[in-house]
This record gives sequence, C-alpha cells and structure tokens, in this order.
Amino acid sequence: MGVSLSEAAAKHVQNFIAKRGHGIGLRIGVRTSGCSGMAYKLEFADVFDEDDLQFDSFGVKVLVDPKSLPYIEGMELDYTREGLNEGFKFNNPNVKDACGCGESFQV
Amino acid sequence: MALLQISEPGLSTAPHQHRLAVGIDLGTTNSLVATVRNGISVVLNDEHGRAMLPSVVRYTADGSVVVGESAQAAQSDDPGNTIVSVKRFMGRGLSDVGDISRLPYRFVETLSTDPVRPHGMVQLRTIAGVKSPVEISAEILKVLRARAEASLGGELVGAVITVPAYFDDAQRQATKDAAQLAGINVLRLLNEPTAAAIAYGLDNASEGVYAVYDLGGGTFDISILRLSRGVFEVLAANGDSALGGDDFDQRIYCWILEKNQLFAPEARDARLLLTLARTAKEQLTEHNETHITAVLSTGVLIDNVLTQAEFEAMSHNLIQRTLQPLRRALRDAKLSVEDVKGVVMVGGATRMPQVQHAVGEFFGQTPLTNLDPDKVVALGAAIQANLLAGNQSRDDWLLLDVIPLSLGLETVGGLAEKIIPRNSTIPTARAQEFTTYKDGQTAMSLHVVQGERELVKDCRSLARFELRGIPPMVAGAARIRVTFQVDADGLLNVAAREMTSGVEAAIVVKPSYGLSDSEITRMLQDSNQHAKDDMQARAMREQETEANQLLEAVQHAVEEDKALLEPAQREHIETQMTALRAALQSADHLIIKRAITALNEATVSFAQARMDKSVTRALSGKKLSDLEFK
Repeated sequence: MGVSLSEAAAKHVQNFIAKRGHGIGLRIGVRTSGCSGMAYKLEFADVFDEDDLQFDSFGVKVLVDPKSLPYIEGMELDYTREGLNEGFKFNNPNVKDACGCGESFQV
Repeated sequence: MALLQISEPGLSTAPHQHRLAVGIDLGTTNSLVATVRNGISVVLNDEHGRAMLPSVVRYTADGSVVVGESAQAAQSDDPGNTIVSVKRFMGRGLSDVGDISRLPYRFVETLSTDPVRPHGMVQLRTIAGVKSPVEISAEILKVLRARAEASLGGELVGAVITVPAYFDDAQRQATKDAAQLAGINVLRLLNEPTAAAIAYGLDNASEGVYAVYDLGGGTFDISILRLSRGVFEVLAANGDSALGGDDFDQRIYCWILEKNQLFAPEARDARLLLTLARTAKEQLTEHNETHITAVLSTGVLIDNVLTQAEFEAMSHNLIQRTLQPLRRALRDAKLSVEDVKGVVMVGGATRMPQVQHAVGEFFGQTPLTNLDPDKVVALGAAIQANLLAGNQSRDDWLLLDVIPLSLGLETVGGLAEKIIPRNSTIPTARAQEFTTYKDGQTAMSLHVVQGERELVKDCRSLARFELRGIPPMVAGAARIRVTFQVDADGLLNVAAREMTSGVEAAIVVKPSYGLSDSEITRMLQDSNQHAKDDMQARAMREQETEANQLLEAVQHAVEEDKALLEPAQREHIETQMTALRAALQSADHLIIKRAITALNEATVSFAQARMDKSVTRALSGKKLSDLEFK
C-alpha cells in the first residue's frame, strides 16, 4: 500500500527535481486547513526527517510523515492536463467528502 | 479537482490561496508571460502552442478588439486602426515621438494640466474612437492575463512587468496604469536587463562583472552588472530608447523602396513592405540570401533578392550605434572590456549574426546565447514574481531594488546631510562621522530625513532619536559614527555610536512606507526645480551656523579673559561682533561671511594671548620629565 505515483507523474517529478538542481524526492502530506477539513501538501524534499516513511515509485522517493499517512494511504498521484492548465492530481481512496474543487477534503 | 504544483519545502499553499504570480515582458514587438511552476520558470503558450504574442492591437468598426497574430495579419489591410509598437508611445507626448510622417496613425495631441509636462500623452484616433497608449497596452496585457489564468487555473495575485532601463517616470507610470486597466496587480516593475540576468541565474554564477546587451524590437539597453557574494549590483546602465530590431526592418524597407524606385507608398503598401522587411531580416539569420516578393496596390510587382552581405552593409551603422552607449556604460562603471567576464545577449535582434559578431569582437569573447533571447526577460520576471508572491524561502531573496529618494540626517542649521544617495542599490550600508556642536554636549538628537532638498523642512521626516551619555568634551572633539543600513526588505536601520566612549543608540524605519510613486516623482521634480534656491539656502544656513558658533565662542572668551584685553582691543572686538550680528539680519550669505572673517581677524592676538596663558598654566609647577611628548 502506501503512496504511489503514476508513471507520468514520476517522470515529471524527476524532470522538475533535475531542473531545480537539488532535492532528494517528493514530500506528500496533509494539513488541517481549508474549507473542508484537510488539505494536501506537495513539496520538494531536501532532507529526510527521522520519522519519515519512504515509498519508491518509478525511481522517485516519496516521503510521507507518519501522521499524514492514514489520510492518504493507497493514494496515487497523477499528472494531467486540463486545457492550458496542467499539474498533479490526487486520487485518494480515503476521501469521503470534498469541497467543490477537491483541494480540501474530509475522510 | 484542482491541479496542484510542487511547492518549495514548507511553502505549500492553503487551498484556494495559490500564490499565482507571473512575469510579463511587455515588449515593443512581442509580449510574453511566464511563471514558475514546480520550481521552474516557464513561458506560457497560447492554445496553439505559441509563446510570443505580437504586441499588435486592432480596433474594428463593431467595437471589438483583436490582439496578436490576427491583428498583425490585418496590418497591411487596415494600418490606421492596427497599432504596432505602441510601447514607443507610452508616456510620451507628440513631440517625443519623433518622425510621425512614416507612421500610418492619426495622432491626437492632448493638453495636460501638469506644468512639468505641458503636452499630455499622445493619443491615437481609431475607428473605435480615440485611444491612449495605456488603453492599447492594456488590451495586450488583458490577453496575457487571460492566458495565464487559463494556464494556472486561478486568479493571479500579481505580476512583475518589465520595462527598459531607460523608461522615465512617466513611461513607468503609464505601464503601471495599463496593468491596472487590465486588472493586473503590479508586484513590481523590473528593468529588462536585470530580469535577463536573473533568468541566466547570474546570481549563482561565479563572481565578476557581466554585461547585458539587450537589443529588442524598439529599445537598446546595455547594463554592466557586478556579482559578488550572490548579489548583483548595477554598476552602470546606458542605451538608446529609440533603437531596435524595428530599425533594421526599416533599413530593409528603405532598401526595397530604393530598389524599386518607389516614393511614399500608401499606408497599406508601406505596412506590407515593412512586414516583408521583417520576414527578410529573420530569414537572413539562417540563410545567406532571401527573396522579397509582393504585388502592391498600385499593381507594381516587387521581386528582389537581398543577401546577408548587403544587409550587413546597410545595418552596419545601426550596430555601431549600439557600441557607443556600450563604451559610455563601461566608462561610467570605470571598467574596461577586459574586466567583463561574460556577455549576455537579450532580445530577438541579437539573433542576427552580424550583431553577435560585432558584440563578440568588441568584448573579445563569445557572448552567451544559450537561452532563447526572446524569452529570457519574461523568464527572469517570472522568477522575481515568484519571490515577491512569497513562493520562495526568505534565504533565496534577492532584491535588486534601488532607494527612490536619498536618506540622510539633519545637521545644525536645519540642513539635510545625505548619507545614502538616491538610486543606491539595496541592501546597502554607509557610515559618516559627526561631532558635537557645543562644549560639554552630552546628548545628540538625530533626525532621519528622506528627500533631495537641501533644507530639512523641504524633506520628509522619517524618525527622530537621541544618543545620550556622550562624555563631556570640547565642541568638535567627539566622534559620532552614524551608520545607515538598508536591508533587502527596504528597512532602514540607523545607528549612532560615540567612538571614544562606545555609547550607542539605534532606530529602525521603513523609508518608503506611505510614499506613492507619484509622491516620489513630485519630490524629485521639486528638488530639480528648487536646485538653485536650495543651494542659496544651504550657503546661508552654513554661514549662519558658523556665525553663531563664533559669536558664542568669542563672547565666552571675552568674559573669561577680560584681563588679557586692552580696552581698545576689546572695543574693536565688540564692534566686529555687533557688525556680525547685524550681518546675520541680512539675507546675503556673502555679507555674513565677510563679517565672520573680520571678527576672526579682530580676535587673532586675543586668541594667541589666551593660548599662551593656558600653556603657561598647564606647564607651571611641572618638571620637564613630567611632560609626555607624543
């Protein structure tokens, strides 16, 4: 289980880290904020935290702090285009209810 | 659901509060918009994958506005209502625009109520009514804004818009007004060469001096930058605000007219030939020759071949015109070509092989061209916008701001002593030593002021604080070092320290707080208009201060050492003192100066006598061996 990336997402992440010039992987987590409870955190990771859980997906290290994991267990991160816009999309099986745009959610 | 981007560590945005910011290169010929996505600066393309939006706006009879490629396509059919290179008219009056006979527009001169600029910004009469350059530019910005919001999936928090380094206040203000009209919040206007330097990541490059050679569609800028410890400072900037790729098109255009014996073609044909001239120029970047073919409205057939060698010959003096400002910039920076470590090429016109060759020859090195010269400015602006929107950690902050107005201190007589001159790049620190004015003075009041005027009353007061606990000394003996430091956030820290005792005091102020750009402009204009009055006022205050100081000292000495004075001598001194007091009532600093000299002369022998007396007193009862000779 854990957290995974789609192949497309992994390719983009690798590319972004390479162009950024530094970083050990991707950090995914949740925070309590937003209109509907929880919100995703998607950041470059420069350092390991002691408690970090690590998942490898198509060559990309994904770091998740243990407190966030229950909310995103089994989630797949995808990269898609919608018109001119493009970016990462969270396919999270734990979500029971989300706000209109899906940026914040409840489990 | 919304599509997310990767943030820097610790900088994830709250839902629905993405700090979407873009950099906009509002160019004479083409405009671009870029943003930092997933940590990388990228230019945003339109739905056809095109990055560059031609800066062309067409007004039509039904009131609709067409911008970009389709407007450009209509140039030769509807030249009067299709506005190209509107940037040249931004903030300019009709008299600034130059030769308007070659332009197909109907200009309208407007009057302004501003006495400094009696002629308002030039306006253009179109089929949809009279339009100002600000409105026309806003149409371009609206298209870029829409493109950005569609690409980023949300509303922009703001944009960094680039301007040529030589844009004056009116031109900068016009650019801001255009952005406002387009509903864009301007985070900052950034000079184009500076944006290019940021795009090239020169702040991460090795330390040294770099030149940015920017030959755009309508402007030429040369900037000399010095990088040290990751911060770069603009040493000198020069350029020509009326020289660019358009002028190369014009040369080819004139060549076509000459070749075909054409005189004053009608507007539609002129526009068509100019478009052909531009295409020919672009062709010659990669090919040795190009065909120019057209049928004019008069039925005349144009069919010419232009070679690279011919083009080089006809554009030679245009390139030479860029080298002159280059030499001036180097001279201003007190540097020679050998000091320049790298040369960055910016602007589509630098693709021309003859330009690259000439610049390479001038500097004795191959210029850097690895980034797309059309995109570098937008890419750099996006990086700066990303910083200003708060998407980078503070450590990465690199502000290339300048201080808009000088910062200084009030000195005796209500004079403003400038410590950090205007246009200094920040962060910066300057120190200056001051001293006490009176014997036994133990405190000093420091008044921090901002402005270009000589008298404190005409400057803006920023803060006051006191330095206390100065050990009693004779006037002029204390050494008080005042340090002005402006950090990267524009915060001013003023610290005063008495050097012998070490007592100190400090205060923090935010100098630009509450000052709008128009106020800054007004303050600068005031200082220029009053330059002469201010000089007089300063001379007057200086003499008054000196006179009062002298009167006080003489008065004190006369009371203390009456015995040393002959009655006649004393009477003479008192006469001169009265004369000086009278002179102070006059409004002429030269009269005061003469009276000061007279009083000084009247007291020469008295001062000598006092000095002898104090030496005798100091030495009496001491053996030679007690005295230390240093």
